[in-house]
Amino acid sequence: MDKNELYQEVLLQYSKRPKNFGPMECATHAADGHNALCGDEISLALKIENGSLSDARFTGSACAICTASASLMTGEVKGLSCDAVKKLAHDFREMARTGSGDGLPPRIQVLDRIHLFPQRVKCAVLPWETLLSAMEHEVGGK
Amino acid sequence: MDIPTIREQFPFLGEKVNSHDLIYLDNAASSQKPDRVIRRMSRFLESEYANVHRGIHLLSERATDAYESARREVAGLIHARDESEIIFTRGTTEAVNLVMNTWGRKHIKAGDTILLTEMEHHANLLPWQHLAREVGARIEYVPILENGTSLDLEIAATLLSKKPKLFAFVHVPNTLGLENPAKELCRLARDQGITTFMDAAQSVGHQEVDVQEIGCDFLACSAHKMCGPSGIGALWGRSELLATMPPFLYGGEMVDRAFYDKPAIYRDSPARFEAGTPPILEAAGWGEAIRFLREVGLENIQSHSAALANLASQRLRAIEGLHIFGPEKRASGIVTFSMEGVHAHDVAFFANERGLALRAGHHCAQPLMRKLGSPASSRASFYLYNTEAEVDALIAILREAVSFFR
Ligand SMILES: Cc1ncc(COP(=O)(O)O)c(C=O)c1O
Repeated sequence: MDKNELYQEVLLQYSKRPKNFGPMECATHAADGHNALCGDEISLALKIENGSLSDARFTGSACAICTASASLMTGEVKGLSCDAVKKLAHDFREMARTGSGDGLPPRIQVLDRIHLFPQRVKCAVLPWETLLSAMEHEVGGK
Repeated sequence: MDIPTIREQFPFLGEKVNSHDLIYLDNAASSQKPDRVIRRMSRFLESEYANVHRGIHLLSERATDAYESARREVAGLIHARDESEIIFTRGTTEAVNLVMNTWGRKHIKAGDTILLTEMEHHANLLPWQHLAREVGARIEYVPILENGTSLDLEIAATLLSKKPKLFAFVHVPNTLGLENPAKELCRLARDQGITTFMDAAQSVGHQEVDVQEIGCDFLACSAHKMCGPSGIGALWGRSELLATMPPFLYGGEMVDRAFYDKPAIYRDSPARFEAGTPPILEAAGWGEAIRFLREVGLENIQSHSAALANLASQRLRAIEGLHIFGPEKRASGIVTFSMEGVHAHDVAFFANERGLALRAGHHCAQPLMRKLGSPASSRASFYLYNTEAEVDALIAILREAVSFFR
């Protein structure tokens, strides 16, 4: 296993040209996440309406794995109910730890080899943890 | 200084990563150990080990000799007046906490000011912030100039003229590749009667450090940064100050007389500050590391490390979008940089695949790196066993990383 297998072409593309990257106007929920080991810092902004996520965007400065993961994640969760997002986050963390991503959308499964690189698991999972935290934090702190 | 002969003495250089030679440029985090330190430690365990200062028996005498001879080595290394001024700790971090808890709690009161600098490692930042919050003191910071090229010495003089109780500063920061003008800073402080604490984790064992010449009141350093083992370091303090300080930890060895019903009477420095069984094996190893470094020559080590850092930074500047923090000319073996479009964590991971050990992240100086506008950066740090060929490899690998990630 070498770095080329970790940084597959798909992942590199997502990190070089991230999707849903940039600030969001009128976000309803938001949170920051950081990885003290390597200095990934991301901010996540969500629009939650009637119990489902209508929009998700991120900003920040993070490594290729974290950026690609955030990019894939924000694309995947749009339109899902909050409960479905929580389930997806749980399944993703399971895949990052064990490599088994059954039931996850195929696009996200490009990260299924991350468990072979223990120091990078945190990078891939950080966007999902930040997402869960953002769902609990209404903008304006209500 | 004969680098090939020095390299022969470092067994770690035989390691391979994915069949690449290992190139170790993470010396600012910790240094590798020469054979003679490793052998000294195993010999010590084989035939000299026991607890110190406690037995009348042969092994305890041998262990005590080794432990106390390491104290003399440290005293000699930094030119302490007396070896009783050397207190063994777990490292720099514990030395700062020791002074914070003893001298600090005794002297820092509500409304007092503690002066630090913006370039401190968390080790010389968080203990003082904690104390200040607890007692209601204030912290002020000597600012850095643009891009961390140096401290703002004019503002330093102004802040010192306001007579803070303590000025704690880093001698050689672990990020910026510079050396602070310690002697000048201590003179300014002394003129105002301010106590000075110097974090010398990156300077002792890397260059000549003479506490008499510099004129500080306390100094802290760590063995693992200078070819010695982890788990031991030292606090040096002027004996007049140490004599007035309450103990740090309480227990065996630090007490002269203990009673059921009366307060104990404590011993003098250094025993007063070394409660419990100390890092005995580590002291034996550290003593040997210091003998090794002094034989090689500290000035040689400093000029070699700084020359490699200067060579590396000149060549790094030629890489487009690469930004180096700190002054143009390197005074220490440290080069911290960021690369547009390539995150530090990816750089370190990519480099490791090719046998190159770099540091990525905030380098335990989060406020500084935030101020410099780079929450994550890469760092290459050189020491006596590094070579120009390793600088070549660094540059080649970074160029490759740029084309891979950008
Ligand atoms: C400038 C500086 N101060 C303090 C420390 C802390 O040293 P230690 O971890 O050995 O206690 C370090 C090393 O990490 C350092 O580079």
